[in-house]
Amino acid sequence: MTVQGWMLILVFTLILVALAKPVGLWLFAIYEGRRTPLHTVLGPVERGFYKLAGVDPNAEQSWRRYALHMLAFQLVTLLFTYLVLRFQDVLPMNPRGLAGLSPDGAMNVAISFTTNTNWQWYAGEGALSNLSQMLGLTIHNFLSAATGIAIAFALFRGFARKQASGIGNFWADMTRVTLYVLLPICVVYAIYLIASGVPQTFGTIVDATTLEGAKQSIVLGPVASQEAIKMLGTNGGGFFNANSAHPFENPSALTNFIQMLSIFVLGVGLTYTFGKAVGNTRQGWAILAAMLTLFLIGAGVTYWQEAAGNPVLHHLGLPGGNMEGKETRFGIAASALFATVTTAASCGAVNAMHDSFTAIGGLVPLFNMQLGEVVVGGVGAGIYGFLLFAILAVFVAGLMVGRTPEYVGKKIESREVKFAVLAIAVLPLMILGGTALASVLPAGLAGPLNKGPHGFSEILYAFTSAAANNGSAFAGITSGTPFYNGLLGVAMWVGRFFIIVPVLAIAGSLAAKKVHPESAGSFPTTGLLWIGLLVGIILVLGGLTFLPSLALGPIADHLAMIHGQLF
Amino acid sequence: MLKDFTTALRPALVLTLLFAALLGIAYPAALTGIGQVAFPHQANGSLIEENGQVRGSELLGQNFASPGYFHGRLSAAGANGNDPTASAGSNLGPASQTLSDRVAKDIAATRTTPGNSVPADLVTTSASGLDPEISPEAAFYQVDRVAKARGLSVEKVRAIVNGHVEQPLLGFLGEPRVNVLALNRDLDKRVASGAKAAE
Repeated sequence: MTVQGWMLILVFTLILVALAKPVGLWLFAIYEGRRTPLHTVLGPVERGFYKLAGVDPNAEQSWRRYALHMLAFQLVTLLFTYLVLRFQDVLPMNPRGLAGLSPDGAMNVAISFTTNTNWQWYAGEGALSNLSQMLGLTIHNFLSAATGIAIAFALFRGFARKQASGIGNFWADMTRVTLYVLLPICVVYAIYLIASGVPQTFGTIVDATTLEGAKQSIVLGPVASQEAIKMLGTNGGGFFNANSAHPFENPSALTNFIQMLSIFVLGVGLTYTFGKAVGNTRQGWAILAAMLTLFLIGAGVTYWQEAAGNPVLHHLGLPGGNMEGKETRFGIAASALFATVTTAASCGAVNAMHDSFTAIGGLVPLFNMQLGEVVVGGVGAGIYGFLLFAILAVFVAGLMVGRTPEYVGKKIESREVKFAVLAIAVLPLMILGGTALASVLPAGLAGPLNKGPHGFSEILYAFTSAAANNGSAFAGITSGTPFYNGLLGVAMWVGRFFIIVPVLAIAGSLAAKKVHPESAGSFPTTGLLWIGLLVGIILVLGGLTFLPSLALGPIADHLAMIHGQLF
Repeated sequence: MLKDFTTALRPALVLTLLFAALLGIAYPAALTGIGQVAFPHQANGSLIEENGQVRGSELLGQNFASPGYFHGRLSAAGANGNDPTASAGSNLGPASQTLSDRVAKDIAATRTTPGNSVPADLVTTSASGLDPEISPEAAFYQVDRVAKARGLSVEKVRAIVNGHVEQPLLGFLGEPRVNVLALNRDLDKRVASGAKAAE
């Protein structure tokens, strides 16, 4: 480990904290539906969209209607992308004559991008036309991110409103977030990426003659426009197979730094927005403090392990940190930090191959996802997931002191706790159930590249990544088979919407309640005690649920690694 | 409940099409326009052209096997390595026998004198399989071989490498590194001119 490495982690965290308030205020303006300077240009677009779609943006929706309209939109966009991918061979902008994807393959990708997962069984440069990348995938990168933030807004309203029947309007939330948050940032961001070396062209392939006289076919495309929203929307689906490790997606240490910031920036901002929405910004800061505590532990452990390196290679006479599967320009610190960030959020972009991390260095990304990606988390998904844990935490605190639990002025009663537990139980069910199935069926066992416990880790990582809607992989696994396409597709869908619907139910239930002003008897949800309780609940729940599976995978792998037991 | 769902169909269909046009066509097309006008070199892959022939991209690694060139990272991209149509890492885990065997073999092939320590980045695969860079240590490690193959003095080759070492931004962003393709092109140019001067 080096001073520069720690400085990177420190400066990164400080910049994030500094961005929380300005970004949170901007998001708060959109949450409230206020007019912004951008409305001068984009206001007519917004109104035009509503008019053509027959939407009244001011019509309040009950949680049921909000959920149903959201689901209808997901199904239609899913089908749209399925068709684009399935028939890319007959659609335009396919000069390389790539075939349409298989039914199970196209469905898996459509689910993957609709659910903000961006799990990719295919290699982008070899399988998808430019049209598929733009029209099939880029739109979901925007819309799935906007949907996540819309759900967070709905939940915020549940906490903020008094005896209300509605939790907002899905169409308005989704459209506004897309137009006034995601799109403008992405335009500026993508221009920066192009200037830094990320290609942006409708051309596809250029043949070069290398210095040694060999032919090298260089794949190009509209990369920058997809790259920007891929990071900002915590999507993570790369234009190329190597994702943000590819020099065309992430050419320099500075683009890498900006990419890491852009994964976290909206999630961090939303903690402040939550505080504003419930009228006490300290509530937001407390959440951010708990998140950053967990984040720094993860980043520290990963960096420590990757810098310590692989004893197997040390034994061969190769001292130092673990450079297998890492890029020279990022080195060990920026690779470890990126891996922690991308799995703490539900991004899933990678700038190094997690499969080749040391055993414990790879355990942290895995565990980050298993905690439900509530450490900053995906855009919207992080904060609503975190608030589920907050509900559980006040419930536990209430049990300990024998009072009805309250959180930001709302009584937390059996209905909310039931829905929170329901949502939290989805991840273990999908992750452990899917992993168990794949570990015994021949079609599942055909997947892993590595042998021994690391092969099990590859399966566990795949189901964890899918159910948690992350999308990164221990990429040695071959998952483009009907078995994995199907099962992972189910895990992604359930992992997204079987959490969102209970969240909306909680929002509806909370919105209908009275607000209780804080009294001397209320459990304070801003101080250190609260932050400690939150961190504790998250770690204990995650630990109890997933430790056995981690023992079979990365922990066994670690013991093998330090004792030179090879597979 | 069903009514809620059917009333959602029109906005769902219409907004899917409108957003597809805006985000899937207009947005990437506008950026392509901006990129092609403002940054044509970068937008088209930072290509290196010589006499009308494309020799590669500044950002992508190439295969170098001959002793007179500096060698880059090992690559798992494509069957022969450094194939931009198949970017990939090795994905071998830390306790993999395949990894251990491969590294042992490459250490033996790369090591210049028995017992000295080979820079790690010379015997490990990069994440993308297209890494254009190596560490300065990895470059200096190859100076003797390159100098010998080219009939140049070690000092001269060392000086050329030194001219290509890039330092981290602000001291902590990124790692010290050398772009292998740029270094090798420079070497080709200098040796040609050096040979002329000697005539």
